[in-house]
Amino acid sequence: MFELLGIPPQAFFGQLLLGLINGAFYAMLSLGLAVIFGLLNVINFTHGAQYMMGAFGAWMLLTWLGIPFWAALVVVPLAVGLTGVVLERLLLRHLYHLDHLYGLLLTFGLALIIEGLYRQQFGSSGQPYANPIPGGTNLGFMFLPYYRGFIVVFSLLVCLATWYTIERTKLGSYLRAATERPDLVQAFGVNVPRMITLTYGFGVALAALAGVLAAPAYQVSPQMGSNLIIVVFAVVVIGGMGSILGSILTGFGLGVIEGLTKVFYPEASNTVIFVIMAIVLMLKPAGLFGKQK
Amino acid sequence: MNANAPGVPRTSSPNDAPPAPSAAAPASRTGAVLFAVFVVAMLFAPFAGFYPVFLMKVLCFALFACAFNLLIGYVGLLSFGHAMFFGFAAYVSAHAVKVWGWTPELGILAGGVVAAVMGLIAGSIAIRRQGIYFAMVTLALAQMVFFVCLQAPFTGGEDGIQAVPRRPLFGLVDTKNDLTMYYLVLAIFLIGFTTIHRTIHSPFGQVLKSIRENEPRAISLGYSVDRYKLLAFVLSATLAGVAGATKALVFQLASLTDVTWQMSGEVVLMTLVGGMGTVFGPVVGAAVIISMQNYLAGLGEWVLVVQGMIFVVVVMLFRRGVVGEIAARLGRR
Repeated sequence: MFELLGIPPQAFFGQLLLGLINGAFYAMLSLGLAVIFGLLNVINFTHGAQYMMGAFGAWMLLTWLGIPFWAALVVVPLAVGLTGVVLERLLLRHLYHLDHLYGLLLTFGLALIIEGLYRQQFGSSGQPYANPIPGGTNLGFMFLPYYRGFIVVFSLLVCLATWYTIERTKLGSYLRAATERPDLVQAFGVNVPRMITLTYGFGVALAALAGVLAAPAYQVSPQMGSNLIIVVFAVVVIGGMGSILGSILTGFGLGVIEGLTKVFYPEASNTVIFVIMAIVLMLKPAGLFGKQK
Repeated sequence: MNANAPGVPRTSSPNDAPPAPSAAAPASRTGAVLFAVFVVAMLFAPFAGFYPVFLMKVLCFALFACAFNLLIGYVGLLSFGHAMFFGFAAYVSAHAVKVWGWTPELGILAGGVVAAVMGLIAGSIAIRRQGIYFAMVTLALAQMVFFVCLQAPFTGGEDGIQAVPRRPLFGLVDTKNDLTMYYLVLAIFLIGFTTIHRTIHSPFGQVLKSIRENEPRAISLGYSVDRYKLLAFVLSATLAGVAGATKALVFQLASLTDVTWQMSGEVVLMTLVGGMGTVFGPVVGAAVIISMQNYLAGLGEWVLVVQGMIFVVVVMLFRRGVVGEIAARLGRR
């Protein structure tokens, strides 16, 4: 067995894996934020709450109805995405002609409502969720729990599928065109308002999917989303929202950096992403993959 | 971004800016009358059945909201991290008074100075991005300060700094009495409020408004926009710090609550409810939200829900806020 700067390899690779898992959630959430922002010009502050709704959705299905994880992985994102569609139709739609800040304030208020309701119902302590793939394998240099490996692979697949849809399909080309010039795309006969609604629903569903994935890995608690969303904002600022692949790369990369910080300098592990954000803003204000407008 | 239009002399001093005649006039006569009524009312409020502690809380948050409003209402910058100045300055003043034995005025001054330095650092990072990104950057920076406060030894972690003594003002005047403390807080609030008022109505304030209305135009006129934004940010941070430092001495407590993102959201809510970009709006908003929290204190998590609903209702229906709506009804701003 080799030693890495005095750190036992088990701890090193263990934290690396945890970092990758965190990075998977950063990537999925920042991807959803970027897709929504691209078309709606709204920073979706409710994203964290919708991620939490995803986790609680899976928890409720399992605890109350006995519906297993794999079904929840399909049902919950659809259901939460539908609530997103309703929110867009009822509220967000009426703010597009105003300053973008109002969209942020509205979604912030919605996040408070949702988090408050869940806290009222479930208290602020975490609920456990049974691991759907128990067990693991010893890779020689570290122990790999199957579910953790599953999170990394599955989220990577989801991210790449999203990238493929947006960058390589006809539907994606409509989406990108509407991001640039919605008026022109509408003039060509595409129903842009419906596209906006569905895009918001999709972004929300992506957040809920991340939530379902997170349920067995973390404790399911009402404030799990608000704690995460601020870090994701920093990730978005670092990556810039210009590129899909950039968001994915930044998410995973920062998760790994955070995990490694836990090994080498644990005191800074909570703040390292914010420090990186400050440095990136000093050197490259538009973000690593962003375009300065 | 910083490009100056060729041929346009760069104005180094804000005083060179030609003031717009109509808007630069000091607040209208009604404003002055309202202000006088407000001051007299606040002088006698403790004798009219209002608890001094409640009034002090309102005044501290009113100053905090006014400081926040200076950015959103007059420069168009939405800071979603103002709790970092409010909360950290509270820790600084509580520590200075409790551990170092400083007098209240020095403690508050220390809080303000530290907040100013933080504002300079956070501001120079945040103004590199505009609009929505500015909000996200300030929020992230505030979260960083939150974690620092959580871990730093001098803040007392989850316990905070408790039982901060109320030492005599200037070493002479006893502040253990709530009524004396109230007049100190009122004086601090009025100084802060007048500072903001003077800033808004100065040529410097006119430039800030021009940045809010049309930043490229302000740049093309030769204003170094970033410097104006930074100065406004530092001023706002300082006053938010003074408010937090004062609150810590009033309640003899500095805790993590004041550094959380929820606190940053609360000051946004107060300003939004009262009316962004109005002089009295933040004061009204602070009074409304603090009273509401007092009434709903027993309802636990519902406070969060109610606050969220107020956000939604105000954003959807009353974007001008209470004061802005009244002013619009009366046909003036």
